Amino acid sequence: MVKNIIFAGFGGQGVLFAGKVTAYAGLSQGYEVSWLPSYGPEMRGGTANCSVVIADRPIGSPLVINPDVLIAMNKPSFEKFAPLVASGGIIIYDSSLIDSKCDRDDIEIYDINATELSQSENLKGLSNMILLGKAMKVVGILKDKSIEEGLVKSVPPRKSELLKHNMRAIELGKNN
Amino acid sequence: MSEKILMKGNEALAEAAIRAGCIRFFGYPITPQTELAAYMAKRLPKIEGGVYLQAESEVSAINMVLGSAASGARAMTSSSSPGISLKAEGISYIAGSDLPCLIVNVQRAGPGLGGIQPSQADYWVSTRGVGHGGARLLVFAPNSVQEVIDLVFDAFELAEKYRIPAMILSDGLLGQMMEPVVFPDRAPVLLEKPWAANGHRDKRNKNIINSLYLQASELEEKVRQRELRYREIEEKHSKASEYMMDDAEYAVVSYGATSRVAGSAIDAAREKGIRVGLIRPVTLWPFPSKQIFEKSKNLKGILAVEMSSGQMVDDVRLAVNGNCPVNFFGRTGGIIPTPMEILSEIEKMSKGDIK
Repeated sequence: MVKNIIFAGFGGQGVLFAGKVTAYAGLSQGYEVSWLPSYGPEMRGGTANCSVVIADRPIGSPLVINPDVLIAMNKPSFEKFAPLVASGGIIIYDSSLIDSKCDRDDIEIYDINATELSQSENLKGLSNMILLGKAMKVVGILKDKSIEEGLVKSVPPRKSELLKHNMRAIELGKNN
Repeated sequence: MSEKILMKGNEALAEAAIRAGCIRFFGYPITPQTELAAYMAKRLPKIEGGVYLQAESEVSAINMVLGSAASGARAMTSSSSPGISLKAEGISYIAGSDLPCLIVNVQRAGPGLGGIQPSQADYWVSTRGVGHGGARLLVFAPNSVQEVIDLVFDAFELAEKYRIPAMILSDGLLGQMMEPVVFPDRAPVLLEKPWAANGHRDKRNKNIINSLYLQASELEEKVRQRELRYREIEEKHSKASEYMMDDAEYAVVSYGATSRVAGSAIDAAREKGIRVGLIRPVTLWPFPSKQIFEKSKNLKGILAVEMSSGQMVDDVRLAVNGNCPVNFFGRTGGIIPTPMEILSEIEKMSKGDIK
């Protein structure tokens, strides 16, 4: 099993953090993992993305070009990466911010109004975790316990009070 | 202790250096290396005797390394390609003074200011000594975050054993990516340094660290002594790892982050029935020439893959010495080759398209 994942959105939406939680969740389940951020001028106000690979064998290229799973948090990212998703792959996107359509019939496409939900549920800034929850339910590789462990490893101890909000956001994503 | 944690290549390198006994870091910020210096800034001041200093320039930083190494401390600096060019003079002086230290180059695309994306276009300059005067550096090329850690220990220890500077040749991909790592229970081997200029306290003759010799015969003798050490290093410390080489008819030769991508391409080629393997130089100087020479006797072709227009391929051709044809594939400017591109080059080679 090799799952190539891309998290993509605006800088500041927490795409790198969502990727880190996923990588740690994979690690706690005994998988090989890698996490590679985009870095460069495109991060200032433009799109940010990260490649996460979860595999049951040593990982070759950590750079994902054709993702099996795309988690898109803004329109430019959706439009850039949707055509690159591997055949049989999955897209999960934030329908609050993305009104683009993808007419491919060889992939599964799921949407969730993550940004609206994060505001109405008093979880501002946690649309990334709502999308992650949805993605993990759809993809089905990582167990709830692993995601929770991934969160504990990724949230610095001085911000541990934020854990419960992140967990609630993930739950919300799973159930919507 | 044995818990796996996720770390960026740059941060793991910094932590490994501290665990390997490095107590002096002198640097100047540059992308994509900055996390390394930032980590050192946080950690080193908390270590006994530890000094982190952000110099006013790369030139100052490398000269502080020279001074610190001369006093016998384990010292290092890190930068990225344009910054390494600035350090070239100091590196030559360090080599000419027979001082050990660690220089890290997290390569970015060039020439000039170039770009900030990954590259391997500093192979030539690194393996030919960086500075003027014909000196050598030990050059290590890890391809995973875990290997970064292991090679940092080797780099410091061999540098001190042979009194020559060592370099970890990383790149933007390896520096920025996170992977699970375990820090080994490895205590640093610290050698006595009777040559160090650290105060004689009227108990011994003074030690002088110098790279200026105006008597030609004296300088030639110095150079010869150093050459003897270089020959011993070439004899004992070249290193390459192999993947799928047992029954291979073809080989990809690739190092650092690019070898990871090459590994994916080799897996794909094997699924298509092409008997291809990977030879990965772990040390770039000394280059694993003997190992490549021996392997090349039984190969139909070699493909060198680099993030450059073709630099290591020179050493591959010298090592192969005509035993088999050597093709080259590379991307530059900060573009990382894809497994599909490399696969297509392997397929071409296996169909007899050999230059």
